[in-house]
Amino acid sequence: MPEFAVPFHWRNFRKRYSLIGSRCPVCGRYFYPERHICPVCKRTVKIEEVMFSGKGKVFTYTVVRVPPEGFKIYAPYIVAIIELEEGAKITGQVVDCDPGEIKIGMPVEAVFRKIRSEHESGIVLYGTKFKPAK
Amino acid sequence: MMDFSKLKPARDVAIVGIGSTEFGEHWNKSLRELAGEAGSKALHDAKIDPEEIQLLVGGNMSGGMFVGQEHGAGLFADYLGINPKPSMRTEAACASGSVAARVGFMAVASGMYDVVAVGGAEKMTDVSGETATSVLAGAMDQENEAFHGLTFPGVYAFLANRHMHEYGTTREQIAMIPVKNHKNGSLNPIAHFKNKITVADVLGSALVSDPLRLLDCSPISDGAASIIMVPAEKAKDYSDNPIYIRASAQASDSLTVHDRRDITTLDATVWAAKEAYQRSGLTPKDINFAEVHDCFSINELIAYEDLGFAKKGEGGKLIESGDVEIGGRIPINTSGGLKAKGHPVGATGIAQLYELVEQLRGEAGKRQVDNARYGLAHNVGGSGATVVVHILSNER
Repeated sequence: MPEFAVPFHWRNFRKRYSLIGSRCPVCGRYFYPERHICPVCKRTVKIEEVMFSGKGKVFTYTVVRVPPEGFKIYAPYIVAIIELEEGAKITGQVVDCDPGEIKIGMPVEAVFRKIRSEHESGIVLYGTKFKPAK
Repeated sequence: MMDFSKLKPARDVAIVGIGSTEFGEHWNKSLRELAGEAGSKALHDAKIDPEEIQLLVGGNMSGGMFVGQEHGAGLFADYLGINPKPSMRTEAACASGSVAARVGFMAVASGMYDVVAVGGAEKMTDVSGETATSVLAGAMDQENEAFHGLTFPGVYAFLANRHMHEYGTTREQIAMIPVKNHKNGSLNPIAHFKNKITVADVLGSALVSDPLRLLDCSPISDGAASIIMVPAEKAKDYSDNPIYIRASAQASDSLTVHDRRDITTLDATVWAAKEAYQRSGLTPKDINFAEVHDCFSINELIAYEDLGFAKKGEGGKLIESGDVEIGGRIPINTSGGLKAKGHPVGATGIAQLYELVEQLRGEAGKRQVDNARYGLAHNVGGSGATVVVHILSNER
């Protein structure tokens, strides 16, 4: 991937630093990330912004052993789809968990963590990861 | 869901020429040389000159990222002697080639053009494997998937773990798919890999993204393929054995995998297949053989179910039955599939149609399916946001 200018990351800070999603006022479904149109109802109504609790459980997972550029030093690492308690799903890493311990159904909670840095003097990217819930 | 059986194209379309490079690591050939080779072969096969071509549609996922070359349509048109006729590039990740075929089909079916060349090309080995992984990851949701270090093997590993969890599909069943495809690839002179492998080889290969291992993954390949289309009523002017496009269908789903209705199904496959069956008036039982998108082993197993060849959750039983082998009830990926034939992403959709045409002409040699009448091609873009299904026949 190219190295992007600062606004590429800056405009996403709010979304990366908190779990903002959408709720459809017609069907009541929740979505992450935010959307303008409910993909289920497909109606032209105003979608509501919601803040997720960050609690959920592992819906499916993998352990990435051959990473893309920028993730080499973290491999192997767990990436999972988390089913949030509100019903929406979200993709993110699961940390503080041994790759041998991860299981479908495992309760997790959101934590704020470093994702990667672009290079030695580049932008440090932060976002949401998940850890096993007590 | 709309009913496609009542939507009739203005005219039927036939394929009268095919061409393909060998797939593999072509260190001595550039993107333009690959496209030029495949295009020339298709023109020779149809016995026509470039000046007869009225439109060129070329699928290419990422010339810009793989070799720094955007505007591939302009390059290919010039290199194939198509100028000053129009050319365009289609991009739908790994389904770029099939979308090109579909645009070409619509151009001929509508009556807008009579002689159309479609193709697909990708040059992937001029960058490191790590860079190629990142370029391919560009086909997923950048901000919500790739940002977190997810890769394409990772996406399909999500599907595999969930399919195993919900349906009891076993790791051994999934491993039987690349074994079959390598066996078929060993019979295909243009395949990237011609070596046979065993289930033990698959299960002993390095983990890439649990539970998927190296031999579950299609390779990074270079290659190009091309086909020539004309109206069916004029097909005999060009070819003694024209192959007819009985259905061209396409569907879309969420780019982000976590938003899917059911992660063990590619809904876009189900919808595109339904459209293709309705347009052709055929059912899954009528299909004699198929090329399906085995970018990762699990995706072929899921395709068995989504295309209607097996009941939901029973893809594992189908591979165990032997029905999908050459000589079986419905041979799948006689070419070797993406796994053994190779997967130059922009070329793959056209390469699938190339195999269908060879089979339907009865020119597939040791891979020949007996009494092949209806063949289906299933091409997936990325993790299933785009799926294209074509049905071809040697009968109009």
